[in-house]
Amino acid sequence: MDDKKIMVSIDNVGIRFNLAKERVDSLKEYFLKFTKGALHFEEFWALDGVSLDIEKGDFYGLVGINGSGKSTLLKAVAGVFKPTRGKITVNGTIAPLIELGAGFDMDLTARENIFLNGAVLGFSKEHMLAKFDEIVDFSELHDFLDVPLKNYSSGMVARIAFAIATATKPDILIADEILAVGDYAFQEKCEKRMQELLDAGTTVIFVSHSIEQVKRMCNKATWIEKGKVIMTGDAETVCDAYSAKY
Amino acid sequence: MIKNLKGSFQNFYRYRFLLQNLIQRDIKVKYRRSTLGILWSVLNPLLMMFVLTMVFSYFFRFDIENYPVYILSGQLIFNYFTESTSMAMESVIGYAPLIKKVYVPKYIFPLEKTCFSFVNLCFSCIALVVVMLVTGAPFHPTMILALYPMATLFVFSLGVGLFLASSSIFFRDIIHLWSVFTTALMYASAVFYPKSLLDGSIMQFLINLNPVYWYIDAFRQVVLNGQMFTFNHILVCALCAVVAMVVGVKVFRKGQDSFILYI
Repeated sequence: MDDKKIMVSIDNVGIRFNLAKERVDSLKEYFLKFTKGALHFEEFWALDGVSLDIEKGDFYGLVGINGSGKSTLLKAVAGVFKPTRGKITVNGTIAPLIELGAGFDMDLTARENIFLNGAVLGFSKEHMLAKFDEIVDFSELHDFLDVPLKNYSSGMVARIAFAIATATKPDILIADEILAVGDYAFQEKCEKRMQELLDAGTTVIFVSHSIEQVKRMCNKATWIEKGKVIMTGDAETVCDAYSAKY
Repeated sequence: MIKNLKGSFQNFYRYRFLLQNLIQRDIKVKYRRSTLGILWSVLNPLLMMFVLTMVFSYFFRFDIENYPVYILSGQLIFNYFTESTSMAMESVIGYAPLIKKVYVPKYIFPLEKTCFSFVNLCFSCIALVVVMLVTGAPFHPTMILALYPMATLFVFSLGVGLFLASSSIFFRDIIHLWSVFTTALMYASAVFYPKSLLDGSIMQFLINLNPVYWYIDAFRQVVLNGQMFTFNHILVCALCAVVAMVVGVKVFRKGQDSFILYI
């Protein structure tokens, strides 16, 4: 190992869900089950013993089939889930692009939503005022700023969301399937923006179902299956092994 | 412990803009698309007060000076408590889509609803002043002291709201029980009848156990009667607020990491 700074350290992380099959969420049920002695939960480990180190400047890809735990891992890094076991250490600010437009209110206008979403991401008012023009420029929505968001197409909503999340220079960018939205030109623009951030020293964690994209953009990758790490290494090797299996 | 507390404050400071934004959003959305817009904030409680006054003045004739202002002041405080706690209770569940996507300190949501409700309370106070002008009620200099029961009630409601928000996630029944409970509570808060009506009955004992009654009584003491608080007013208001807050924060903190698994 060289002396590169570790940005995200994931140490033997496990996340447990109680399966919703028989969730007890009313008092009556609880007492009934309790008295019958049937109060047990079926456990499901979405992640189990995952350890990863992501270094500064990495463009880190996560591959795996649906339901393998990729998104859960990203959400744990972003702080949405708290690990049941193990520890996640994050050094720096995070811009989560997990599901774009979290906290948008469809009744408000684009202008109002830019501030609301910025606030959800933990940015200050001054910061949002300073970045406002840049966000509008990037999303190319000048003429529609005062239109309620419900009249927007989903592609347009995604544009604003991407613009807000990347307006600042985060230390770590978490991107989950975001490039699946928007037209071709905008996808290119997003990729370019991510590359720019990377050049400026941002670490990117990236999930995509497009193996080609992971191969092209990432330098390192991890293959996850059923919540366990199958393989970690440089993106080429991992992607090849993954494609060989599926 | 100290470091922990400092971290919490820094975190809160970081998200103050979110709090402000959410409150603004709630106010904007509430009366959006109505012609009179923000004016409804005052007009709505004013019209409600008008209806209440008509109904109660007709059905009940208690020996109370300026009955409209008596009932409205009680109604105002009681409504704040019900509205803020009910909204805070469902706030975390309501923001589930957001909580599942980004990290946001969870207490922001009950806190936001309690604040938003407080803004409504302030608008209602304007309406109350209008009613006082119309009915020719005297304006006492002690009125300014009404801020004390209002502020302590804010803390009390926030504590209750945090407790409810957390426990209702694990047991949804609480949402339904709470609406029944608040209805019962209203009749035990001397909102539209004088407390003296209960003299000598078991209810007189019970009403003293009701914190909301104390906030209402303290409010009326300075607004209606133009007198200073009694020692009991000051003590009970502060004590209930502190106890509710401590319990609320404890319960909320204990549950908050598992919220996401149940919403």
